[in-house]
Amino acid sequence: MAQSHPVAADDAELRFYVADEHGHAEGGTMLGFWLYLMSDCLIFAILFATYGVLGRNYAAGPSGADLFDLKLVAVNTSMLLFSSITYGFAMLEMEKGDQRMTQRWLAITGAFGLCFIGLELYEFAHLIHEGATPQRSAFLSSFFTLVGTHGLHVTFGLIWLVTLMVQVHQRGLIPANRRRLMCLSMFWHFLDVIWIGVFTFVYLMGSLK
Amino acid sequence: MSARAPVSDGRHAETVQVEVVHDHHEAGHGSRKEYITGFVLSVILTAIPFWLVMAEVFSDSRVTSLVIMAFAVAQIVVHMVYFLHMNARSEGGWTMMALIFTIVLVVIALSGSLWVMYHLNANMMPMSPGDMRTMP
Repeated sequence: MAQSHPVAADDAELRFYVADEHGHAEGGTMLGFWLYLMSDCLIFAILFATYGVLGRNYAAGPSGADLFDLKLVAVNTSMLLFSSITYGFAMLEMEKGDQRMTQRWLAITGAFGLCFIGLELYEFAHLIHEGATPQRSAFLSSFFTLVGTHGLHVTFGLIWLVTLMVQVHQRGLIPANRRRLMCLSMFWHFLDVIWIGVFTFVYLMGSLK
Repeated sequence: MSARAPVSDGRHAETVQVEVVHDHHEAGHGSRKEYITGFVLSVILTAIPFWLVMAEVFSDSRVTSLVIMAFAVAQIVVHMVYFLHMNARSEGGWTMMALIFTIVLVVIALSGSLWVMYHLNANMMPMSPGDMRTMP
């Protein structure tokens, strides 16, 4: 909270000034990061559009219904959903100023994120092993580009998460670290929003006859 | 930020109470209840479309597509509200403006691409596999 001091002049005219204006920079960072997320959203929109145009061009190769293992995708989706709520709990502990619990929830979030990436890499390896490589058809090219870009985002989110855990360990929950954790929170939840589009449009609709 | 200064008298202005209200910190934080509500709603909104597709509940796949798309939109709204704490007030409404602008662009990009490319396919000159093989 900023303090403000009234200054009473002789002619009873009141003037105010705000002593410290911290918080404005934080607000600016959050808005700026939100704008970054929106531009990232446009990247994904183009990849979704590409998949929408090319997603049924199988070049006599396998289709989504032949390839996708929906049980695996369901497990993968739950991993990302769990990681979203555990990150939320980390933010709540950060609000309380409990560094140890914040770190613990961040570690759990990271573990769920790793499971997600692991399952996705397993799925990709399985597809490539079966001959469903990105070069096989337009459908597979656009599939690997879209899902791979999302996976790459999650990977960078994980690197960021580990970096922040080290930072919090070294410096504690200082305002700068809180700001960084809030940015990563937005990034992480945003990736979950993108994944809703991926599992609906790519996996579920691709599995329909 | 708003400052209120109730002044009792024009000449004696030293007994002034000042209240500065900051609203910057409203954005970006939720309560435990909010996160759990969002999580439960997300689980429900994820489980139903998976069940619809895996159990082949509807015989018409077009019906299934429309229903699961509706569930996806609902879940995106749930995530925006409960996890990303979107509201019309945060950052003076600028996050909402940016979001609306992005949604407009996304809708134009998606619907435009699908519409144009669908009609391109439909209007293509018919070509036999033999012609295709001898293409440069």
